[in-house]
Amino acid sequence: MLGVAIATAMLLDMVMLATGMRESFRELLLSQGFDIRLAPKGTLPFDTDATIPGVNAITKVLRTNPDIREISPVLGGSIHIPVGDKDVSASILGINPAVQADYEFLSGRDVTTADAIVVNENLLRKLGAHVGDTLTVATGYDPQTRSYSGQKKLVLTGLVRFIYGAAEQAGSAVRRETLEAMRGPEGRDRASLFMVRVRDGSNPDSVRNWVERQVPNVTAISISTAIAQVDQRLSYFRQLAFILGAVSLFVGFLLVTTLMTVSVNERAGEIAVMRAIGVSRSHVVHQIVLEGVAISLAGAVIGLGLGLITARYLNAILSAFPGLPMAIDFFLFQPIAAWSALALLIVSGIGAGIYPAFRAASLPIAESLRREAIA
Amino acid sequence: MTAVSLRDVRRDYTVGAERVHALQGVSLDVEEGDYVAIVGPSGCGKSTLLNLIGVIDQPTSGTVMIAAKRVDAMNDREATSFRLHNIGFVFQRFYLMPILSALENVALPMAEAKVPAKERLSRATELLDYVRLGSRERHRPSQLSGGEQQRVAIARALANRPRLLLADEPTGELDARTGTEIISLFQRLNADGTTILVVTHDEELANAARHKIHMRDGRIVDG
Repeated sequence: MLGVAIATAMLLDMVMLATGMRESFRELLLSQGFDIRLAPKGTLPFDTDATIPGVNAITKVLRTNPDIREISPVLGGSIHIPVGDKDVSASILGINPAVQADYEFLSGRDVTTADAIVVNENLLRKLGAHVGDTLTVATGYDPQTRSYSGQKKLVLTGLVRFIYGAAEQAGSAVRRETLEAMRGPEGRDRASLFMVRVRDGSNPDSVRNWVERQVPNVTAISISTAIAQVDQRLSYFRQLAFILGAVSLFVGFLLVTTLMTVSVNERAGEIAVMRAIGVSRSHVVHQIVLEGVAISLAGAVIGLGLGLITARYLNAILSAFPGLPMAIDFFLFQPIAAWSALALLIVSGIGAGIYPAFRAASLPIAESLRREAIA
Repeated sequence: MTAVSLRDVRRDYTVGAERVHALQGVSLDVEEGDYVAIVGPSGCGKSTLLNLIGVIDQPTSGTVMIAAKRVDAMNDREATSFRLHNIGFVFQRFYLMPILSALENVALPMAEAKVPAKERLSRATELLDYVRLGSRERHRPSQLSGGEQQRVAIARALANRPRLLLADEPTGELDARTGTEIISLFQRLNADGTTILVVTHDEELANAARHKIHMRDGRIVDG
């Protein structure tokens, strides 16, 4: 029974793994309401340090499409903050606080002025700073000469949580124009990413196609294309999950078949007597198959609980992988996953009971009774 | 009327490379209402004979008639149905279903025969009363003594009002006092009209029968 439960837990986890990351990613993208992301041609958002030139011109072009409701250019980069004789580095986003969808505001004041910076808890801890402190922030640092470039004094105004941030990532955000000014000419009128919200009722994929035609130096990614790309990148996970899930199901199948075969062998006399008193072969088959399903179901109930606990534990480990957004779950519980696992187990239980059932029903009655008498 | 009629019945087995002639031309008639004990040394073919009469085995040659119906060449479906409605079996080991109560065990063959639920519970209760276990009907086999379990098995054998009750060493696993209870029960059943064939080494049980058949080396030698 424990073996069946472990196989069930593994199966559930693999079903959750096969679809979890994709669903979790989809939910994450949908949660902020932006339908399209524009990244430098041939890249994914923040995949490289490449930027898109001509932010103002692109924004102007995008505004000509009546299906586009909101545009949020984001400039990404890294910053360096001297703390004592140490250099603390972190990522930084230049955003427009009115339309940004990169962080959730936790406390303090948002970046409403050009000299404001908001940070996440990781960076706050690294800096040992407090809201209200003034920080000397640089966009460049040469470790050889220990010299900074693009330095500016910024007031730490608030604490935020970055939605796409990794668990260990120290992050910050300022207004986009502030970051542009700090980066100098190489950052002027540039964006790492545009986030575009379409009007209700508009088709994001049609808008995406239009954007790619109008702005040839960007790759426009709608949620459906983003998911397709994620699917492609995660195909290894899905294949692994499929193989391990199939192995778990097969192991569960073998366990139930073995259990039922042993049970039938032990009860050969009892089955022979049942047949002798007039119980039909089909009734014996029915009974044994039902027992197989019952064992599978009992194992499934324990296994589902075990699977959920294991998934939670594994999810915590995998989510801490460097560079992965914290909000992404590898193992996402969806009722459909549990029902799928249960349905597969019932089918497997029926399949596992069939061979021992037919074996039991085909036992020669007199011969089985004779063996029992000798035993 | 003849309940059981066998003519020149042979049953051969192959055990490894050896051919075993378990029955070598047995002919036998048992009248309805009779009570016959088949006795003889181990391996003489008693149980094989009972299995052929009980339609759970088929002869190598010869004919077996039960209640004027030829049963030696029935297919599995026909044989199962025939056993269900015409033959009651009692074995040395009781083989009650451990998860069912005494009442449910007795009702089992009736459920298989598609007797309506109300009728089968009433009949099962009546049968448990007959074997004097009316007060134990809710008990599971593990809560009953060996003698009580055998009485439940006898009640189960009688569930579908069989023409013939066949018993293979029914007192084999019981102590002497409990065995005597079963012997009395068989006598009472026979007195009430049940045709009984019993295979036994138990002299007391054999002596309680109306007729005794002695077997040796696959043949009836006396009776």
